[in-house]
Amino acid sequence: MKKLFVLLLTLALVLGSFAGCGGAAEDAEATEVKIGLNYELTGPVATYGQASVDGIQMAFDEINAAGGINGMQIKSVLLDNKSDSAEATSLATRLMTQDGVVACLGPATSGNFMATIPVATGNGIPVISASATADEGVTMDADGNVNDYVFRLCFNDSFQGVTMANFALNNLTAKSAVLIQDQSSDYAKGLAKNFVETFEAAGGTIVATEGYVKDDKDFNAILTSIAAKDFDVIFLPGYYQEAGLIIKQARELGITAPILGADGFDSEVLLQLAGADALNNVYFSNHYSNLDEDPMVQDFITKFKEKYGADPNAFHALGYDLGMYIADAIERAGSTDSDAIKDALASTENFVGVTGTFSMGADHNPIKSIVVIGLENGVQATSVKVDPK
Amino acid sequence: MKALTKKNLLILGSILLSFAIVQGLIMAGLLNAFYEITLATICINIILAVSLNLVTGFTGQFSLGHAGFMSIGAYVCAIINMEMRSTSGFLLGIFAGAIAAGLVGILIGIPTLRLKGDYLAIATLGMAEIIRVLFLNMEITNGAAGLSGIPRFTNWPWLCLFTVATVVLINNFLHSSPGRACISIREDEIAAESMGINTTKYKVMAFAIGAFFAGTAGALYSSYFYIIQPGRFDFLKSIDILVIVVLGGLGSMTGSIFAAILLAILTTFLQSFTAVRMIVYAALLVIIMIFRPKGLMGTTEINDLFSRRPFFGKKDERIE
Amino acid sequence: MDQFLQQMVNGISLGSIYALIALGYTMVYGIIKLINFAHGDVYMIGAYVGFAATTYAQLGFFAAMVISMVSCALLGIIIERIAYKPLRTSTRIAVLITAIGVSLLLEYVMMFFVGAEVKSYPQLLSQKVFNFGAVQINMQQIYIIATAVALMVLLQYIVHRTKTGKAMRAVSIDPDAAQLMGIKVDRTISITFAIGSAFAGAAGVLVGIYYNSINPLMGIMPGLKAFVAAVFGGIGSIPGAMIGGLSIGVLETLVSGYGNSMYRDAAVFAFLIIILILKPTGLLGKNTREKV
Repeated sequence: MKKLFVLLLTLALVLGSFAGCGGAAEDAEATEVKIGLNYELTGPVATYGQASVDGIQMAFDEINAAGGINGMQIKSVLLDNKSDSAEATSLATRLMTQDGVVACLGPATSGNFMATIPVATGNGIPVISASATADEGVTMDADGNVNDYVFRLCFNDSFQGVTMANFALNNLTAKSAVLIQDQSSDYAKGLAKNFVETFEAAGGTIVATEGYVKDDKDFNAILTSIAAKDFDVIFLPGYYQEAGLIIKQARELGITAPILGADGFDSEVLLQLAGADALNNVYFSNHYSNLDEDPMVQDFITKFKEKYGADPNAFHALGYDLGMYIADAIERAGSTDSDAIKDALASTENFVGVTGTFSMGADHNPIKSIVVIGLENGVQATSVKVDPK
Repeated sequence: MKALTKKNLLILGSILLSFAIVQGLIMAGLLNAFYEITLATICINIILAVSLNLVTGFTGQFSLGHAGFMSIGAYVCAIINMEMRSTSGFLLGIFAGAIAAGLVGILIGIPTLRLKGDYLAIATLGMAEIIRVLFLNMEITNGAAGLSGIPRFTNWPWLCLFTVATVVLINNFLHSSPGRACISIREDEIAAESMGINTTKYKVMAFAIGAFFAGTAGALYSSYFYIIQPGRFDFLKSIDILVIVVLGGLGSMTGSIFAAILLAILTTFLQSFTAVRMIVYAALLVIIMIFRPKGLMGTTEINDLFSRRPFFGKKDERIE
Repeated sequence: MDQFLQQMVNGISLGSIYALIALGYTMVYGIIKLINFAHGDVYMIGAYVGFAATTYAQLGFFAAMVISMVSCALLGIIIERIAYKPLRTSTRIAVLITAIGVSLLLEYVMMFFVGAEVKSYPQLLSQKVFNFGAVQINMQQIYIIATAVALMVLLQYIVHRTKTGKAMRAVSIDPDAAQLMGIKVDRTISITFAIGSAFAGAAGVLVGIYYNSINPLMGIMPGLKAFVAAVFGGIGSIPGAMIGGLSIGVLETLVSGYGNSMYRDAAVFAFLIIILILKPTGLLGKNTREKV
């Protein structure tokens, strides 16, 4: 017994010291290019991570089937950050220093993505997220300097929050609003802040603010107290899992006011949860509309259904564009050097993606237009396009 | 007893040697950044596990709220450190964070430690959830988005220092008279009380010390990983810490240290097998409990393994 | 006033679900003094079994409910046999840790097979809404409350009027003495797990229909809250679990409706701690003295 423990101890020490020395990055062979995927595959926000990865893998499969980038096959290194920001930092470091990736995609949520930024800057390897929407601390640092190696493909919270506030004020002539926000998500908080600021600055009033947390199922209590109040619209920043239930329960309680949301609404699941009858007078901002007759969008939707047997949501579409975007940049860079890729990413002009055509702005945010979609009986019926200033 | 016995010198020497080796490897650039992070995680987990072991393993008070104390240390340190971006701000932050966690530990401990076993577990879980909800709603903690842009001051020398200090201090506490009292509570609370031990006092003491060091770990964590959010300190984080303690052995300091290292290595290997990682963890927990309910090391310490005495030596020489 | 009554309806529907889950907790705790952390996850599995039965097999409400209850009962027995039985003589902490392990195992095995995305039930019950003045109750709420009451009455009957129930009570008071009296302790414990888990399965199906949304991690919070309910009602007491469940449901609804919805979960846990400190045996629990 005693000997066994001593043996184990020695073994652990030896393993530990070897682990410390070994594992230097292999030289990337010219036939493949490694791209790191650092996503939330387990834990509380696994849904978003898994959806993003599905989109990215679909893009990579297509590119590889078509001969790869400049003759090189894409090899993705997929790791799970457990929805934990410390783990995200650790994985980004591993991907960059050990797996020898040329760029890292993800994580999906702002907080986890931000945790990888210092690593990217330190190693000089670009990180790109398709869905980190936080206004501050993502592409710019606290002093207002652009983080050279950090890019994103989505609007930030202020663009969506302001757009929806203006939509409520101008298109719906709303004077008063109720806010129901996902208290556990930074995405929802950012949207809510920008919506409220714009709405109040234009003379609107916020009648009530209610909160919920992820995975809540019963919203009858807050909705009953809201139903007794007088207001024009409900702004509901959050994701479809809860938004679907809130819309359903609100309509059941006889609340008919317009309900506004953001790209977190974009999912087939919203319809499944709320039911077609409840999805009237619901508006949300999004990157693209299913109504879009652009063959690229329709083609994506068809191919996605074939591959995964379900309709794509915003995370899938953004993930797909992300995969295409990085491949495009590597191709234009003409090399697998991370700095060349970074420059190619930054100088992207008129990239045509499923989520819209965009150019990369000087602040590493994409300049792309936003679509406000109106639902009737659960079907996208109207769409209003808003261009960035 | 003399402080500088041969044994103590040997321990001190080996600590200094391992510190120097790792530091040398880092300075020579041989230890890559990923392993450095793994090393930091190991150190932080050791502090967390050893401090939880004091409460759960040695004093026998089952706590499921360790992540709550960790979050207090993390937030306090981050807030101070973001105002004072210097090493002194960092040290002040750690100290303030640890003290804050310790004070909350006393506040929570006094009412809840009257409870026993399962009830205590669920009460501490509830307390940690309340702390998390408060952080989620407070202005200064920036709600769900958490604090980002925390300067990184935690590095290997500091981690090493704090980890060694935690282990030594808790070990010394266990060998002191209050420490013995804590162990007697685990063995039999009623018997301990009838021997004249103020059980509530010692339980709260162990709880507060555990919370203090959990706060320290949280502070180091916040200063190493740039960003903290309330969601990172949920019920599952408490479970993570518990898994380390249980795997190593409830009542074995050495066990906690080994388990922290072992789990970090396991995690690294399983990083590529994403889907099964959590399943493996969960299954591991169940299997260990069924086949070795006392954990890998039980209550055995490393000294017991190397001592010349028989395995179950004189009672007063070891803590079981 | 109307709003208050409406909130009570909301609270009671929510509370009925907590009560159904709490019944399982209270029975298991009553008999082997274990907080079965995996209970919330059995409820999750129940919801998925119901989902499969209604979506793929196109079964109706009652058939889905029965299938889910039977599957959960089996699952409960298997969990007990594999994970808890070998530990019956171990420390309470060891068993509790095992329970946590089983809970994580169920969650992540399920996530492995069905993914993290939420799934929605087909429409099974009518959406009919009954109006009583300004207060409205829908068909699903009536089903939930009725099922909860019916199952509780059934359970009271089993525990107090049948031989099996008598055996359960005997084992819960003193397993060793019960064994000496010729009661098959293992079998009785298995039956207890089966019944408790079956109730969780029923709750799972009801939640699936009522809220129309299920996911692999859905059991964590309701599980914890149902435990709070069981403690509040007096753990080991069946009417206690019912009263506790309803109270927690109403408390949550009132905090959300009239207080600050952001502090709802904190309020439930604060309530638990206050109960534990002031009256650890709960409303209807029996006082036990610790003997040396």
